Amino acid sequence: MQWEVVIGLETHAQLSTASKIFSGSSTAFGAAPNTQASAVDIALPGVLPVLNRGAVERAIRFGLAVGATIAARSVFARKNYFYPDLPKGYQISQYELPVVSGGDVLIVVDGVEKRVRLTRAHLEEDAGKSLHEDFHGMSGIDLNRAGTPLLEIVSEPDMRSAGEAVAYAKTLHSLVRWIGICDGNMQEGSFRCDANVSVRPAGSEVLGTRCEIKNLNSFRFLEKAIEYEVRRQVALIEDGGKVRQETRLWDPQKGETRSMRSKEDAHDYRYFPDPDLLPLEIAPGWIASVKATMPELPGAMRSRFVADHGLGATDAATLTSSKALAAYFEEVVRLVGGEPRACANWVLGELLALLNRLEVEADASPVAPGALAGLVKRVLDGTVSGKTAKEVFEAMAAGEGEADAIIDKRGLRQISDAGAIEALVDQVLAANAKLVDDYRAGKEKAFNALVGQVMKASRGLVNPAQANAILKKKLG
Amino acid sequence: MLSLDEVRRIADLARIEIPEAGVAALQQQLNGILVLIEQMCAVDTTGVEPMAHAVDVTQRLRADRVTEADQHELFQSAAPQVEDGLYLVPKVIE
Repeated sequence: MQWEVVIGLETHAQLSTASKIFSGSSTAFGAAPNTQASAVDIALPGVLPVLNRGAVERAIRFGLAVGATIAARSVFARKNYFYPDLPKGYQISQYELPVVSGGDVLIVVDGVEKRVRLTRAHLEEDAGKSLHEDFHGMSGIDLNRAGTPLLEIVSEPDMRSAGEAVAYAKTLHSLVRWIGICDGNMQEGSFRCDANVSVRPAGSEVLGTRCEIKNLNSFRFLEKAIEYEVRRQVALIEDGGKVRQETRLWDPQKGETRSMRSKEDAHDYRYFPDPDLLPLEIAPGWIASVKATMPELPGAMRSRFVADHGLGATDAATLTSSKALAAYFEEVVRLVGGEPRACANWVLGELLALLNRLEVEADASPVAPGALAGLVKRVLDGTVSGKTAKEVFEAMAAGEGEADAIIDKRGLRQISDAGAIEALVDQVLAANAKLVDDYRAGKEKAFNALVGQVMKASRGLVNPAQANAILKKKLG
Repeated sequence: MLSLDEVRRIADLARIEIPEAGVAALQQQLNGILVLIEQMCAVDTTGVEPMAHAVDVTQRLRADRVTEADQHELFQSAAPQVEDGLYLVPKVIE
């Protein structure tokens, strides 16, 4: 039987505020345990939460970026459960009236655009951290993270493969960083995904029973976990079994998902409006003033790159995967004075390889946009061949200076003077009488060997097309 | 109306220990509250927006500034067990 995979994602983006969502404690990562946990965060009796304007503003930015409805009035609710790292016994979240509803995210998979609809995005506080090791059979509780603002972004079940889910997560990850609401640091847990996965017979309109997979803190794990979970569910159903709705944990060591001890009551959160917090009102004027500060969005920029620069959808998507990379590319095109495709090839090829090798963002590239533009110009005007230019790029990356200086210092200028090339060709023909005879005897391969000899004699500096033409003429 | 098992489950969710002998009495009291709610449910509320708060004002916001200093030593002086700055609790793993 053919199976269709149905995936929806719940993403927690930690908002990049300086202070917590309901208290004035710092949100900085990595502080000594409990040094950033105030009376509000540890839920001492009598404290009251006061909402952080910066957290609300980031939610508004997100809503604007995905074309969602920003609620004029939204309500905070208590989500009740007991756990030692949740000192109040409830998490302040939003339930019936979230701050952001609807909207969508455009993803590109295999060069094809697809729209993933969003259900909602709501503000909530993070819990603390439990450490289970080294405390003689007890758990250690660090409440520094308690009260850190989160935006939980819930998608519709619109994805149909692990690849689409990863593309969506990456697009969302790039978007929240682009609009400056989340630092996107997945190692530190600033951007976390849970995946709801189900399968159904192809063509069916009814959704299968879903499992929620937690602990997906990298795009690779997201992909692996979904692939594993789909195989598990299909095998289970084909063996006559039934998928049980449950929460499963991804185990990266074993490469499998496993059932979290399923407590039947775990999902009975008994939400109700938090009496400590009044309804949040967002006036149209506030939304308008936030709108005025929004940058051009990656989706719009991607379309512009396709329409104005003639780039392919996949290339345009990669170039707009981070704001820094997009800005880099635009600066190179500006400095070269056009030729966006040549610029894109260099940025997507040599530059990205370099950035990946060094694990830095485009704005920390050792080769500045001006330097790369200088090199691209020399390729375009024929001063150096594409192949030689790669050598120049590596030299620039190693800090040897600008393209022109490196080309001069290393003598890499392409030989395009016809007289000089003819002299080289004569030299090669004289030294390779056997190849010449072979060619005249009809062996086409000998011609390529001769071109190779000319390139070698010129240390690769002859324009190959020109060498070809002159060689052909000489061999008549 | 709540069954005896539902009363036990609610107590468990709320981490409230109820002696078995008290469950029936509690069931009666809780069901009494539900009867009151049912009476209110009889009122036609078509077109009435659900109330989120008893006071008809909206949330005041604070500026995003760090205003709290580290007071963990003071706070932890009241904690039963502390080690390396962490609160120690009986081990719970989900």
